[in-house]
Amino acid sequence: MAIVFQKPKALADVPLHYCPGCTHGIIHRLVAQAIDELGIEGTTVGVAPVGCAVFAYNYFNCDMIEAAHGRAPAVATGVKRGNPDLTVFSYQGDGDLAAIGTAETVHAATRGENITVIFVNNAIYGMTGGQMAPTTLPGQVTQTTPYGRDTKIAGHPIRMCEMLSTLDGVALAQRVSVDSVKNINIARKAIKKAFENQINKRGYSIVEVISSCPTNWGLTPVEALEWLRNNMLPYYPLGVYKDITAEEAK
Amino acid sequence: MNYNVLFAGFGGQGILFQGKVMAYAGLIDGQEVSWLPSYGPEMRGGTANCSVCLSHEPIGSPLVVTPNAFVVLNGPSYNKFINEVEDGGVVVYESSLVPDIVEREGITQYGVDATRIAEENGLKGLGNIIMLGKLFSVLHFCDEQSLYKAVEKCVPPKKAHLIEANIKALKLGMTL
Amino acid sequence: MSERVLMKGNEALAEAALRAGCRNFFGYPITPQTEVAAYMSKQLPKVGGVYMQAESEVSAINMVLGCGASGKRALTSSSSPGISLKTEGISYMAGSDVPAVIVNVQRGGPGLGGIQPSQSDYWQATRAPGHGDLHIIVLAPSTVQEMVDLMMGAFDIAEKYRMPAMILADGMLGQMMEPVEIPEAVDVSKIEKPWATNGHRNKRPHNIINSLYIEAQELESIVKARFERYEQIKANEQRAECFMTDDSEITIVAYGACARVAKNAVRAAREKGIKAGLIRPITLWPFPTDAVRNAAATTKTFISVEMSMGQMVDDVRLAVNGAVPVEFFGRTGGVIPTPNEVLAQIEKNAGGTK
Repeated sequence: MAIVFQKPKALADVPLHYCPGCTHGIIHRLVAQAIDELGIEGTTVGVAPVGCAVFAYNYFNCDMIEAAHGRAPAVATGVKRGNPDLTVFSYQGDGDLAAIGTAETVHAATRGENITVIFVNNAIYGMTGGQMAPTTLPGQVTQTTPYGRDTKIAGHPIRMCEMLSTLDGVALAQRVSVDSVKNINIARKAIKKAFENQINKRGYSIVEVISSCPTNWGLTPVEALEWLRNNMLPYYPLGVYKDITAEEAK
Repeated sequence: MNYNVLFAGFGGQGILFQGKVMAYAGLIDGQEVSWLPSYGPEMRGGTANCSVCLSHEPIGSPLVVTPNAFVVLNGPSYNKFINEVEDGGVVVYESSLVPDIVEREGITQYGVDATRIAEENGLKGLGNIIMLGKLFSVLHFCDEQSLYKAVEKCVPPKKAHLIEANIKALKLGMTL
Repeated sequence: MSERVLMKGNEALAEAALRAGCRNFFGYPITPQTEVAAYMSKQLPKVGGVYMQAESEVSAINMVLGCGASGKRALTSSSSPGISLKTEGISYMAGSDVPAVIVNVQRGGPGLGGIQPSQSDYWQATRAPGHGDLHIIVLAPSTVQEMVDLMMGAFDIAEKYRMPAMILADGMLGQMMEPVEIPEAVDVSKIEKPWATNGHRNKRPHNIINSLYIEAQELESIVKARFERYEQIKANEQRAECFMTDDSEITIVAYGACARVAKNAVRAAREKGIKAGLIRPITLWPFPTDAVRNAAATTKTFISVEMSMGQMVDDVRLAVNGAVPVEFFGRTGGVIPTPNEVLAQIEKNAGGTK
């Protein structure tokens, strides 16, 4: 009998706590799939963030560390430098990676730290109930921007892939989405490449996944994906911002 | 005998090195020793000093507040510390760099024109070591051979060619 | 036995960490501890180790957490303002049972404070080295040789109890040179750390290093279990040097650089016929309560001598528990008390007890 669908081995057999329609589940699956396909679960250490994915340490079957808010790149650096044979990834949200952990992120990137970073950008703080994120769009209503994000007061959103792509230490900076089958396939390949780069000692690889938050956006899962396509993708264009392996192949 | 020595001068005059040679000489001699530098912004161009203790007992506080020997290479440091020298103490000062000498009962002061003497003897930059030689001739704080061995320990390998000149400077200082 | 060499405290500390098998250093420059980092940056690459200058103390301590979680001996070093930044990571290490060693070469505070030697981080080290119910082991050297000896054992004790250990030194000890004998290197390759997140190699279930427990009862039971371990540490690991305390009537309690000054004062007092003694805590947490309590049976008064406004004196009072008076004498801001100042305190108390 042919198996047409199964749970990746690297994904734990436990119910995830994520809200209905949240895309974390898809992204977890893509990460686990990459670990399975590369056969590296036994030599991989993951670093979980503070934010909605805080329990990620329970969801992956590789060894896991739960880091302080924003410090996942530093923790990952400590693991990787002490154990260059391990594959180390961090899984971080927008508040973790682009607000409180910006320094750790930028410096891990510019050092060319040989780690894989999965960055989930849903333009809002989900875990604490929907406050403004560094990536919240201009005009977007959140609990702490009740009149819409006024860029004169709250500043502008950060485009991390664009910013990080200027750094010499970055091997891959790619923005993907998981709003459609087509985009999920692109995301799957990007995440796998981000792990392959590490195995090939290419340096810092980040895949930014534009994600939805139906609960805190106040939308149904289907509406949320529609909102994502209409509002987030124009501000955060999908694509490859830096890819040293593609440049070398030219 | 406990030697509580304060070396003081400008940064760049080799104050810390003088002290280190003395401390190492004490160590080679089998004495208890400590060396404590002043540190921070004053290292960079301002005044520098270091405390050196030699004793046959374990050293308590390594910070020399009331020295019984004071080696000084500039006027500001001389003025700052001269009244702290213990009665019966010894002062060796650089006579061309310390213009105003305070007459004090109970201490013995030796002026050494070390910078000029160094230059005249092809030992430019080793006035500090000439002064240490002078201090040794007054106090004999260790075995003489220990002092020469200390120079070998303290001169970094990259500057090993300077060992001979340092020893020459010590011996010259002892004759003054 | 190896030859006695003259070394700066900071450099001796770094060399001892290397001899203790530490191959991973994560730091950030700050006076007066920078020689630790400089020494490591020179020596670690020669032995295949990791020297990393992080972007901040916050980052450095989290690198230590990651490296320590993976089972490696990891070290960071800083001075007072930098330690404040490290408290986040220290709390997470305590909360997830990750051993590592942190060096604090104290300087004057609060704020940017000064750069001269101080002992004003005692409360921070022993009371609140991070948020939450926690302790770390705190070791207080008072000579350059002891910097070496305590560092040699710091990783062992941290690993034994799976918790961070701190070497609490100060600018005087860090900057001074003294003769020191460096022990032979130890082999740490055989130390088993079955809890480490270093890849399960498909041979065991996955390990998780974590300090998050959403259920209150679960967190309570984990913290309580940790505190039972702390009780064992209090029972087994208290260390203090007692100097002339057998018959002392005035007993100084002083640690680190201050204990050196106090020892001079005690000797001077004895020469004057005053029965003075010194208890020098070597572990600050656990505080050597037993040594102080024993002395309280015979001494007439204690004086806690510190380079602070009076922090350790709290622990002396807790240990003495009202049995005899506990006085305090200190200088702060980077000022080192002189032996004569301490002697004057002893004499003042001797006059009072006659």
